[in-house]
Amino acid sequence: MVVTGISGNLGRTLAKQLHQAEAILGVDRRPFVGKPKDIEMFQIDLRKKKLDDVFRRHQVKAVIHMGILHDPRMSSEDHHSFNVLGTTRVLDCVAKYGVKKLVVLSSADVYGPSPDNSNFLTEDAPLMAASRFPTMRDLIEVDMLACGFFWRHPQVETVVLRPVHIVGPTIKNAPSNYLRNRRPWQLSGFDPMVQILHVEDCARAMVAALKPGLRGVYNVVGPGEVPLSAIFKELGSAPRSVPHLLARPLLSTLFRYRLASFPPEELDHIQFLCAVDGARWAKDTRWRPSHSMRETIRAVLGE
Amino acid sequence: MFRRASDALKKGLKAWTEAMVGDELEERLRALERTQNEYGVDPFGFSVEYALSAVAPMIWIYRNYHRVEVHGIEKVPKGRVLLVSNHSGQLPMDGAMIGVAMLIEANPPRAVRSMVEKWVPTLPYVSTFMARVGQIVGTPENCRRLLNHEEAILVFPEGISGIAKLWPQRYQLQGFGLGFMRLALETNTPIVPVAVVGAEEQSPALVNVKPVAKLLGFPVAPLTVTGVPFPLPTKYRLYFGDPMFFTGRADDEDAELEKKVKGVKASIQSMIDQGLKERKHVFW
Repeated sequence: MVVTGISGNLGRTLAKQLHQAEAILGVDRRPFVGKPKDIEMFQIDLRKKKLDDVFRRHQVKAVIHMGILHDPRMSSEDHHSFNVLGTTRVLDCVAKYGVKKLVVLSSADVYGPSPDNSNFLTEDAPLMAASRFPTMRDLIEVDMLACGFFWRHPQVETVVLRPVHIVGPTIKNAPSNYLRNRRPWQLSGFDPMVQILHVEDCARAMVAALKPGLRGVYNVVGPGEVPLSAIFKELGSAPRSVPHLLARPLLSTLFRYRLASFPPEELDHIQFLCAVDGARWAKDTRWRPSHSMRETIRAVLGE
Repeated sequence: MFRRASDALKKGLKAWTEAMVGDELEERLRALERTQNEYGVDPFGFSVEYALSAVAPMIWIYRNYHRVEVHGIEKVPKGRVLLVSNHSGQLPMDGAMIGVAMLIEANPPRAVRSMVEKWVPTLPYVSTFMARVGQIVGTPENCRRLLNHEEAILVFPEGISGIAKLWPQRYQLQGFGLGFMRLALETNTPIVPVAVVGAEEQSPALVNVKPVAKLLGFPVAPLTVTGVPFPLPTKYRLYFGDPMFFTGRADDEDAELEKKVKGVKASIQSMIDQGLKERKHVFW
């Protein structure tokens, strides 16, 4: 089994859950720190020809593709090339070498927060994230590539997962970094319902997606939804209230001068809803999160 | 400090609600908490705890200001139901009064959800308030989901043109949207027509000042007799009609749905006319 993006925090969590049951071939540009002995590691760029060798030399029966990055500081050209070309190369290999199963990790962020959103978006909802946040374009493209692959190659069991915000003690994505902040910004008078998923549960969901016969696009929801303020209360953080009309220009200036790590578009997530309906996933796989809401919230701090 | 003040305010308001509704009713209201998680909210962000605080001034207004008189509330069936009402008064007091009636007069109490404009989630404080008291953005998916959860939903098919109606149009139903009928057919939901008499005189609007609306980003900016749309203490009369059951295809031609909608509209209009005939005065 090939796992791309294995050296990230989520990848390592997945590897830990899977390496005893399956023979794993890890692919990542970065070294795998603390790699278990039974994992064979290929430190290569997904866009390079060498990726073919991994598939040619092994009998690959499944691919978990999470070698997708989201870094607002990176040049958009690199970002786009890595995500879109990388995914295209992985999909080509899956088709060419007769891999039976493909799991692609997308994200519920592809729908995008918006005041027009229904409270729970199903898998059929349009992927609108780029309309307010252009950097999201390549993540949407990756999702679409995977969905297109699903139709073009019916012989491959393709599963596209769109999990809600993944949080965990070592996770360094925007939601975890934001929640870990002791004095996070809160937009005055806005307190949207948010959904978070424990990193271990996300890894478990990817393992569950390997189930033979399962195919399709799925939202993956964790232990439910809570107001943003309830998370702050649970974590004991003291949010700073910033009027929304001020917050955008202020954050955009701070971000430009590298005084803040969030681009202003991320404010949409703490202002509007972007919650999804995970009923289909729960029904088709009988998957349930193993961490309660309280545990998931506390996982941000590593408790 | 701000948080402590707001906590104290919530506590005070809740005590006020408890004093007004009495122990027995409060216990019945607590039964509404069944869908909530350990953080005291349901998946849509509705919080009974919060609503019990927020509703206090509304109960006071209901009893002492608009002195609401309710007729036929027992006709509202159990389970999923669409309450369809006329809309007026610049501020949605009609919605609030129907909501309070369903909470404190209906047995068992029902927490009515209403479908709010997509404009609401962009407003600070208002957006949070609306979500905590159970009001949802009016998308068809939201409505469908709530009906499938056996909730009671209040709709004003006149929409903005209802609430913003000017003085000469009072008690004349504006154009009804068809969306509620499609949803009723799709989810097999009975419709209860509701007539609100009294709201249409609460803040007589003379003109809609469009440039001001545009400037503030509001859908309308009515200039009322009192200047701002402050509701006057008109006496409210709520009439609940017999539930109406419709059958047919939800994706039928508009013309077919319009016929059904006309039936609902006629029923509301006749209750309005009846109510207007029976009342002796706008204020009592």
